[in-house]
Amino acid sequence: MQHVKANEGIKLPAALEVSGVTHAYGPKKALSDVSFAIAPGKFTVLLGLNGAGKTTLLSLVSHLYNARHGTIRIFGHDISRQPGEALRRLGIVFQARTLDLDLTVHQNLSYHASLHGIGSRGASERIKVLLAQVDMGDRLHDKARSLSGGQMRRVEIVRALLHRPQLLLLDEATVGLDIQSRAEILATIRELVARDGISVFWATHLIDEVQESDHAVVLHKGEVLATGKVTDVTRSAGAETIRQAFSTLTGLKQSSSEGGPS
Amino acid sequence: MIVPGATLAEISTAPGFSFRQYLVCLKGILIREGLRFLNQRERFISSLVRPLLWLFVFAAGFRQVLGVSIIPPYRTYVLYEVYITPGLCAMILLFSGMQSSLSMVYDREMGNMRTLLVSPFPRWFLLVSKLFAGVTVSILQVYAFLAVAWFWGVRPPLSGYLLVLPALFLSGMMLCSLGMLLSSMIKQLENFAGVMNFVIFPMYFASPALYPLWRIQESSPLLHKICLANPFTYAVELIRFALYGQVDWHSLLVVLGCIVLFLGGAILAYDPSTGLLVRRQDTGGNA
Repeated sequence: MQHVKANEGIKLPAALEVSGVTHAYGPKKALSDVSFAIAPGKFTVLLGLNGAGKTTLLSLVSHLYNARHGTIRIFGHDISRQPGEALRRLGIVFQARTLDLDLTVHQNLSYHASLHGIGSRGASERIKVLLAQVDMGDRLHDKARSLSGGQMRRVEIVRALLHRPQLLLLDEATVGLDIQSRAEILATIRELVARDGISVFWATHLIDEVQESDHAVVLHKGEVLATGKVTDVTRSAGAETIRQAFSTLTGLKQSSSEGGPS
Repeated sequence: MIVPGATLAEISTAPGFSFRQYLVCLKGILIREGLRFLNQRERFISSLVRPLLWLFVFAAGFRQVLGVSIIPPYRTYVLYEVYITPGLCAMILLFSGMQSSLSMVYDREMGNMRTLLVSPFPRWFLLVSKLFAGVTVSILQVYAFLAVAWFWGVRPPLSGYLLVLPALFLSGMMLCSLGMLLSSMIKQLENFAGVMNFVIFPMYFASPALYPLWRIQESSPLLHKICLANPFTYAVELIRFALYGQVDWHSLLVVLGCIVLFLGGAILAYDPSTGLLVRRQDTGGNA
């Protein structure tokens, strides 16, 4: 198990540790020997083109499926052996919209709270606080159907935070949103990292969402090409920007594996 | 234990869930299922109209054609509408079970199912809770139907209304868990029409819901054997006997056995490591 040294000198388990994970859909390999670890309290970007395996990886991390090979640990808890302990530390925003459109915002969020064992009284207070933080306090009793795409996304983020997770996974959370909504959501999440010390694993194919201060895992055709601080990934690729580094890494990968991964 | 308002450190060090939290989770799933049902008024109306049509139209029309002799649990000759009422109760449970199966396929396609499956509670508990919620909603529909049927002259003993509750619950569990098992096998929403044709109607017609088994045996021994192999047959008989204050032990055992079989299959099918979902995912299905 990988540990990360905290400021006080205490060793903490990695927020997310993926070791030798391989997964396939029938004969088609989606992930091949994927290994990396992300540090607690950091904003880590999972960067990859469409079809790189990001959603598959997040589905395995969130225990929708079990990995065929390898282990996944969330704050030291193996997702296969201790799914309850691992999942209670995890908040997830899926790529697809997952709100129940026929229910109100409050009903959607209360339902999620109950799925984490949080009673209605405690949930209601927290729902109000979190909705106010994302400027959605006045939409509490509106049907989810009446919200815009950006507003739905913000409600989904609130939902993922209701049970106070330590690790937040977001799968292409800004896809389909306008520029302003994208910026607002990204800012909200970055604020969470800075203010609450929550660990964030942000899957995206949009390279302009990556900042120099972030950590990154570059995934391409089911393989991890690079991992570490964005500045380190950029430097090790011999590039000046993460955009160049990403092109170089994925370009190198394409030319060095002719015939492509299976 | 997660205490609302607890600090992050408190939450992260406390293992497992308390009994109260399991109840909170069950209550949340029940409320959601109830709200969804209330939001879909057409579903409630159609769930009532369907059996009432059978009662008002079909039974009235066939009253003179289909005579029913004295068979247990009845002690006298009964009108045809009295005879088919337990079968119609079971029909409501059957349709409701398949409806919840449909909603699971829909939830899976829309992604809503994921929010349930990533809950930290054990998956078997989540699925049983969902089943329980679906059965509760369908039992309320049955009682609404029985209330209307009372005005139509179908009046079992008053105690029967209470005694039928466990039979409705067990039959509902059996049919809903069958629906859940089927939902794990259905790739897409469009395929659900096939379930209607190949599951609901054969199960309903090849049962004693509309005519007694002895009559079926007289007309077709093969159909009689099919009826005996049909789990729905035993749900109908369990409800029929319970409505008149009796227990049909044979039916009870079969229904209990089927619950274990179907529910076990559904839990296995939704298990992330062994389930059918994994195998279906291999062919490109969604969770």
